[in-house]
Amino acid sequence: MINAVGEPQSLLLVGGTSDIALAIARRYARSGLRVVLAARPSERRTAAAAELTDLKCEITEVDLDARDHESHAATIEQAFAGGDIDIAVMAFGLLGDPEQAWRDPDLALELAEVNYTAPVHLGVLLGQRMQAQGHGWIVALSSVAGERVRRSNFVYGSTKAGLDGFFLGLGEALREYGVRVLVVRPGFVKSKMTSGLDEVPLAVTPDQVAEAVVDGINGKRELVWVPGPLRVVMSGLRHVPRPLFRKLPI
Amino acid sequence: MSDEAVPAIKPSLPEEQPLIPQPLVELHGWGRASGTMSHLAQIDSVADAVSALRRSDNRGVVPRGLGRSYGDAAQNAGGTALDLTKMNRILSLDASGEPATVTVQAGVSLDLLMRALLPFGLWVPVLPGTRQVTVGGAIAADVHGKNHHTQGSFGNHVRSLDLLMADGKMRTVTPDGDTTALFWATVGGMGLTGAILRATVALQRTETAYFTVDTHRAANIDDLMQQMSEGDENYTYSVAWFDAVTKGRHMGRGVLTRGNKARLAELPSKLRRDPFRFVAPSLGTLPEIFPNRMINKATAKAFSTAWYQKAPKHRIGELQNITKFFHPLDMVAEWNRVYGPHGFLQYQFVVPFEEADAFRRCLEMIVNSGHLSCLNVLKRFGPGNPSPLSFPMPGWTLTVDLPIEHGLDRLCDALDNEVVGAGGRVYLAKDSRLSAAMFRRMYPRLEEFLAVRREVDPSGMFNSDLARRLELSKPTTRGAA
Repeated sequence: MINAVGEPQSLLLVGGTSDIALAIARRYARSGLRVVLAARPSERRTAAAAELTDLKCEITEVDLDARDHESHAATIEQAFAGGDIDIAVMAFGLLGDPEQAWRDPDLALELAEVNYTAPVHLGVLLGQRMQAQGHGWIVALSSVAGERVRRSNFVYGSTKAGLDGFFLGLGEALREYGVRVLVVRPGFVKSKMTSGLDEVPLAVTPDQVAEAVVDGINGKRELVWVPGPLRVVMSGLRHVPRPLFRKLPI
Repeated sequence: MSDEAVPAIKPSLPEEQPLIPQPLVELHGWGRASGTMSHLAQIDSVADAVSALRRSDNRGVVPRGLGRSYGDAAQNAGGTALDLTKMNRILSLDASGEPATVTVQAGVSLDLLMRALLPFGLWVPVLPGTRQVTVGGAIAADVHGKNHHTQGSFGNHVRSLDLLMADGKMRTVTPDGDTTALFWATVGGMGLTGAILRATVALQRTETAYFTVDTHRAANIDDLMQQMSEGDENYTYSVAWFDAVTKGRHMGRGVLTRGNKARLAELPSKLRRDPFRFVAPSLGTLPEIFPNRMINKATAKAFSTAWYQKAPKHRIGELQNITKFFHPLDMVAEWNRVYGPHGFLQYQFVVPFEEADAFRRCLEMIVNSGHLSCLNVLKRFGPGNPSPLSFPMPGWTLTVDLPIEHGLDRLCDALDNEVVGAGGRVYLAKDSRLSAAMFRRMYPRLEEFLAVRREVDPSGMFNSDLARRLELSKPTTRGAA
């Protein structure tokens, strides 16, 4: 149960090695917090488990293969085996090389599956479990890239647009069952996903995203931008006419 | 009313009960901070309660009364909450017994009970800070009042109770005899041993519905504690309000009010004609319009100063009615709305008398934290009772109401550490945030409670959000370790 001062008892990190997911776990870490790390078995997952164990969390590692849809039900089943999940973070995703992504059908399919199909499938499964438990939060990491899809990364952007719409809708559907969904739209996040890319203005760290998630849950929000001012920027960009939008260096 | 025979309860009921729709509703405690969705089952009879138990799934059931526990004790996310407030009949009264006793359904409120008993010159032995609690809830939380130091908590006055247990059977349990362990686990057991459906309570006699009250102001916390230590034994009822905002040498200044039930001879002749007249004025219901941060530095300081200044320095023998002396907040319905949509929490702890220094450190932490509390209560407890989860123990108890704000988790964690270090604990009826690990340290007799629960409810049918938070849900799993 999330207590009256916003402290959860259990977290499920779907994509448990993502920098943002781990930053969220660090924010919530306290003695006895149950954290389920759902991710591919890897050194990164082992390291994440070790780090959170040092923070006195109780860790369960669960295997997740985003592209193997058949395995999702078992993954979610195992994730809930230790009891209710208070906050589930959908934090996995692929950026891919944007120019390759629209030319290479396999890469385009992979992006669509990892960034959209898998989150939808897992989201439905998670929603069912949370509906039955009568409480809980699902945090979906979307992106401003999905708010107005741009030429420069439209395959990725379109997957996030789909994910964003799905989770906003899921939040509406689950509301009457006491389950809340928070959609997070970060701008450029300095993480392993974006390493090697040039930084852009309003770039944020995973920790800033985590802070926005914690505040969003405490404030019972449905949608947050990170950093906050991006909301205004995106609100403007959404309405820029296409001929002009095409010429913007974004 | 006389000692009419209590109608017998059928020990087992027909398998088939008509299905009553159980709407999914958001339930929260009086603090309004952590609501979840439960199926609310309206219980009008024992058969309804058995039916609700039979229909429950692995999320279980929790009994619910008037929802005055502050946290998550009477809600059950994804499961069932039994609304027992319609089980509100007074079944029989033995007014001539010594002591007099009353047998009631569990959903009878202390307000209803008190109003019904006063004309007989009978008095509910323990009244907490509100009369709007049910008898079932008063037992499950083992509530206390201003007379704890002289007369103990509610459970001390219960002579027997009928418990609907996880196996669907009713059992009458008493403080002594072979049901003693189950009785005392149910007292203070937060509804997790079964649903209390009726109870027999020993009553006190009174000549009037008034109190003779002495009021003293104290300039700081040391003065307040000293005055309480010295004079409490002369009064049946004793409590102090203190200022939790002002720092420095006036820290913890307060107003001590202590009294006894007024005897008929103490009433002026005008009141003597109707000595049991019950005055319960209503100032109305607070609307749902208050923003968060209604309690801020300016309002909290102004309130605390005004409350202190308006109290007389020293006044002896003032005659007060029940509402004024016991339940001033009952005059305003839904007063919890003043804290706005984020809600608030109440932190009440007790530390043994010999830990007065730890007590002072706790007060300093609160005053210096920047978190603001206006409704603050200080009291000395008398001896506790045999219940493994009952809150009171001999010592100082302090209560503060804190609006939910950033950083409150850290203040409460720091207080927990100080309290547990001093051998104290926090009150589950108020709690909405304690961790399972800290709870185990504060209640060292938890294993006794879990042993009873394992026996009477091995599958954990009686369950609540509080039980999940404190890891009491499944008596055989981690909580028992």
